[in-house]
Amino acid sequence: MKRILVGIKRVVDYNVRIRVKPDNTGVVTDGVKMSVNPFDEIALEEALRIKERGGAEEVVVATVGPAECQQQLRTALAMGADRALHVVADGIVEPLVAARALLKLVEREQPLLVLLGKQAIDDDNGQTGQMLAAMWNRPQATYASKLEVTDTTARVTREVDAGLETLDIDLPAVVTTDLRLNEPRYVKLPDIMKAKKKPLDTLSLAELGVEPRQQLKLVRFEAPPQRQKGIRVKDAAELVEALKKKGLL
Amino acid sequence: MSTQILIVAEHDGKTLNLSTAKCVTCARGLAEAQVTVAVFAASAAAVAEQAAKLTGVNRVLTIENPANEHALAAVLAPQVAALAAPFGLLLGPSTTFGKDLMARVAGLLDAPQLSDISAIESATRFRRPIFAGNAILTVDTTGVAKLVGTVRTASFEAAGAGGPAPIEKAAVEVALPTHTRFVSVSAAKNDRPDLQTAARVISGGRALGSADGFKILYSLADKLKAAVGASRAAVDAGYAPNEMQVGQTGKIIAPELYVAIGISGAIQHLTGIKDARTIVAINKDGEAPIFEVADIGLVGDLFQVVPEIERLIS
Ligand SMILES: Cc1cc2nc3c(=O)[nH]c(=O)nc-3n(C[C@H](O)[C@H](O)[C@H](O)COP(=O)(O)OP(=O)(O)OC[C@H]3O[C@@H](n4cnc5c(N)ncnc54)[C@H](O)[C@@H]3O)c2cc1C
Repeated sequence: MKRILVGIKRVVDYNVRIRVKPDNTGVVTDGVKMSVNPFDEIALEEALRIKERGGAEEVVVATVGPAECQQQLRTALAMGADRALHVVADGIVEPLVAARALLKLVEREQPLLVLLGKQAIDDDNGQTGQMLAAMWNRPQATYASKLEVTDTTARVTREVDAGLETLDIDLPAVVTTDLRLNEPRYVKLPDIMKAKKKPLDTLSLAELGVEPRQQLKLVRFEAPPQRQKGIRVKDAAELVEALKKKGLL
Repeated sequence: MSTQILIVAEHDGKTLNLSTAKCVTCARGLAEAQVTVAVFAASAAAVAEQAAKLTGVNRVLTIENPANEHALAAVLAPQVAALAAPFGLLLGPSTTFGKDLMARVAGLLDAPQLSDISAIESATRFRRPIFAGNAILTVDTTGVAKLVGTVRTASFEAAGAGGPAPIEKAAVEVALPTHTRFVSVSAAKNDRPDLQTAARVISGGRALGSADGFKILYSLADKLKAAVGASRAAVDAGYAPNEMQVGQTGKIIAPELYVAIGISGAIQHLTGIKDARTIVAINKDGEAPIFEVADIGLVGDLFQVVPEIERLIS
């Protein structure tokens, strides 16, 4: 079956103002709204569109994380994914572990395409897609803003520092999404009801034969230094004067 | 961890990108660092020469191969991995080039990666921003034999001129994949300074209203010898090309002067300008969050204010 595998990560919602815990052991997540990582939503939207165009028959979403992540998998099912895989993992999941777990799912599911967000907006690592592609020994196209899929290849436009780069890649492959790839659909209430009946399978890292290694110790979280309060000027002339005084003009 | 550090050079075939000189400064933050810069190219001589002249570089390796003409992560990563044995730390810049490549290298080596390193505290302690820069994380890498990293270029000065360090040819015997093929790159060329390294940047937001609206910014920028940036909303709306986007998912910059015009100051935008020396905000809404970080704020209509500033400095 022509299948697309989409990675989903549960993260603090992008609208939440992040606060560091007073004891510097993390950021405050109690009572904080959690969501699907915005880039993953875009990945899922793209997968659904490919399926709707007839380019794939099934969209499977997967996450590696604690029990609560099932909420985000349900959201993904409500958006239109066909089924979900939850690899249960407690504590910090480093990108190497996430990529290994996804590789095991790839071996089981044999997707023609794996779509992931280019980064998660919590740890901002931006590693998992590339690591998976490396371990799988398949092409990667990161930061995609346009994706055209044929039977055996894909043409991907990537947002790079210089502008837009176009690559041709053989399938199967890993593509990671940038913001301008699409605008994700809204979930409708009836779809949320329907999503409750869609299959959601639970697996463990041990079952997949993946060791939950944590190699990087998170020592301390700090709030970033605050900028000094600035001045207000009333018009363009005052602004130009202020800049001159600072030696900037 | 070995104090031998490998830096993968970013370049366009002719010119070494300034991001590499910033990686050198970052690497030099490690005591007793021995810094090797690797230049992967179709023909590497010109770029290697520039790398050899950076202070703090001990050695430059050139890896020449027609397949290296375009920087494809899938093609470069196995070559970097093949060179990796003696190195304790492999670094690339936190640019789209480095972010794309280094994590693939890390995957091949089964080595953990630290993204966006903003400071080195010791051989095993690094700092990096997370949550769009709303928290700074200190990470300990004790016990890690080989570490991969990307360097947040806005956090480091570029290494100056020194050397020259010796340049050696390295032979890398690995099969290179053909499953990834370069088609094209579109880069709008202009004579303005490069956004990532410009001393002055003028950015516009959704308020500019159209690509035409941006013309008043280009005009002011040219007077100030400034680069022009944009918010995501402006890029999404097609007022400016994607390479102009500043922020969490665009460019992270640290100019002397940043002028935000008709930009509200969303967290994701502010992430990109945290290290700017002076921030100026022009916005008609006095409550806009951009004023919380602005050193100089002006509440007013940009279509009136911007041409007036241009007139005053002409
Ligand atoms: C995952 C994620 C990543 C993101 N990454 C980025 C990123 O990298 N960069 C980025 O910029 N955004 C990013 N965003 C988007 C961000 O949240 C904001 O939506 C965006 O920055 C808003 O752009 P803006 O300030 O131009 O538009 P708006 O928020 O609409 O602000 C327009 C401003 O213009 C002012 N204005 C209107 N008319 C005038 C006038 N005539 N004169 C003066 N002022 C006027 C208004 O008062 C307002 O403050 C990201 C969002 C998400 C979810």
